[in-house]
Amino acid sequence: MEAQANAAQPAVKPAKKRRKNKISRRENNWRGWLFIGPYALIFSIFILVPVFLAVILSFTNFNAIEFPKFVGFLNYITILTNDAEFMKYVLPNTIIYAVVVGIGGYILSFILAWALCNLTKPVRTVFALILYSPSMTTGVAMTVLWKVIFSGDQAGLLNSWLMELGIITEPILWLTDARYLLPIVIIIGLWSSMGIGFLSMIAGILNTDASLYEAASIDGITNRFQEMIYITIPQMKPQMLFAAVMAIVGAFQNGMISSMLVGNPSPGYASQLLVNHIEDYGFLRYEMGYAAAISVVLLLIVQLFSKGANALLTEKDPYGKAKASKPVKVQAEGKVIK
Amino acid sequence: MKGRKINPKRFEIGQLKIILLILPLVIFMGMPIIFIINHAFKPMEELFAFPPTFFVKNPTFENFQKLIKFSESSGIPLSRYLFNSLIVTVVTVGLALLLTTMSAFALAKIKFKGRNMLAKINQVAIMFVSTAVLIPRYLVICKLGLIDNLLAHILPLVAMPVALFLVKQFVEQVPDSLLEAAYMDGATDLDIYLKVIMPMIRPAVATAAILVFQQVWTNMETSSYFFSDDSMKTLTFYMNTLVNANNTVAGQGMAAAASLIMFLPNLILFIILQNKVMNTMANSGIK
Repeated sequence: MEAQANAAQPAVKPAKKRRKNKISRRENNWRGWLFIGPYALIFSIFILVPVFLAVILSFTNFNAIEFPKFVGFLNYITILTNDAEFMKYVLPNTIIYAVVVGIGGYILSFILAWALCNLTKPVRTVFALILYSPSMTTGVAMTVLWKVIFSGDQAGLLNSWLMELGIITEPILWLTDARYLLPIVIIIGLWSSMGIGFLSMIAGILNTDASLYEAASIDGITNRFQEMIYITIPQMKPQMLFAAVMAIVGAFQNGMISSMLVGNPSPGYASQLLVNHIEDYGFLRYEMGYAAAISVVLLLIVQLFSKGANALLTEKDPYGKAKASKPVKVQAEGKVIK
Repeated sequence: MKGRKINPKRFEIGQLKIILLILPLVIFMGMPIIFIINHAFKPMEELFAFPPTFFVKNPTFENFQKLIKFSESSGIPLSRYLFNSLIVTVVTVGLALLLTTMSAFALAKIKFKGRNMLAKINQVAIMFVSTAVLIPRYLVICKLGLIDNLLAHILPLVAMPVALFLVKQFVEQVPDSLLEAAYMDGATDLDIYLKVIMPMIRPAVATAAILVFQQVWTNMETSSYFFSDDSMKTLTFYMNTLVNANNTVAGQGMAAAASLIMFLPNLILFIILQNKVMNTMANSGIK
């Protein structure tokens, strides 16, 4: 308010004006914090403080009953040198899962988004709904579903189908055989990976500038693949980055699948991921200091990957900057906001 | 091959190729959902059938009735869990939307000290993996004396950085000139927030609502770790214990019914709001 009044009356004396500006700036601070305060408070209590606590706890030995005892870098050293399960199963599993579900899911969601955008709206909407709906089925829905499908006896849906087709003669113990656990968890992870990142990509592709495609066809771009590489992707880098961040987070936080399906720890640690390992130490063995150290490692890994995605996808060319300053038109699905 | 092929207005033969190409994947993704819907309505003999069937032949509500009867036999009635879940979901979504839109307005349209830093922190926090800090969160809840308090379901899920990010991106699209005009007319920040911003960012609010809803409705961590009193836990938690306690085929039908009950609200809400969600996602890019 004050700032506006100031702008309307430029004929104030310089000294007075400066003082007035100062007041209005302080007032602005107050106004901003008034609106963001409640969120910032809850954010601090339930996100910021826990992260700091995790960092502090990671340097202690804490069993949830006695007061934490400071142990320096011992927990981190243990992770690297003395945790056989971590090095032998958890880390490789997490890397494999993250590569297949994170990167694979990301590429898959781009291809699907691109394919959907080449279809008419009714078809696209139905397909997008089908592809997105698995990402809504966490927890309960998933467990029953996959337990029935991967049931180890002849009544299991997959076993029964495979036997009918003559591919196998004996039912396979999908959920107890260590060989199959990680692939199953990965398949379920991929199945449920078309979340809001995927929707963001669809919107990004739909919002690309139509005239560029015409210009490109005059310039000799002949097929859809070239169109995708040279026109679509450069135009939707911000959405690609958002989707990448979502993919990275999804790839590292989804420990639910394994623990709901086969319990924690999984048989032979076959599908044990970092998050399962944290739960295992924190809530089953009550070695909370050690669990906190693994959490910190996990958070750092996620940060590192996001930095990587940032470096790959942030716009660097001057054209990109010029474009970024123009407001994006909101017209993805018809409704226009001006 | 001339012209724009993205978002075609009418059907052409060329599209058939694309449909055929992605159809197997769409079927693979959709099948489990179709299966759970069918499974929930199967009568006993079809659940036991060998070889197992995919589609239901004689749909019944048997499983749902059994689910209700089973819950009556245990100490705490189903209605209690349902009540908890509804209260928790409604309050969390409401509170989250209020705080998220308020902060989005501040971050996008009010110039104040620390604004850029706050926006940056929130953007980093999108990558926050909440399971990773379950233990410190538990300690915080303990210290605040919120164990076995319904607030322990609500407060940890109110601040959702992705939701704030998306709403903020959307508020930024509201033209400054519009706000300036309103300020000139003597509007206060609150007026602007309520009468200018809120009506214009409905799609983003809908999207945030869906995201928060999905988090709360399916959340089990709060029930498992912050509550020892069973009567304060949520429907999701109850359904899950039910599913795990009944590994028999008979329990399977009940579990499938439970799954459907948990899944359907998500699906319906998304179908209703999907247009608004797509509209919001257009601004989701990180620059």
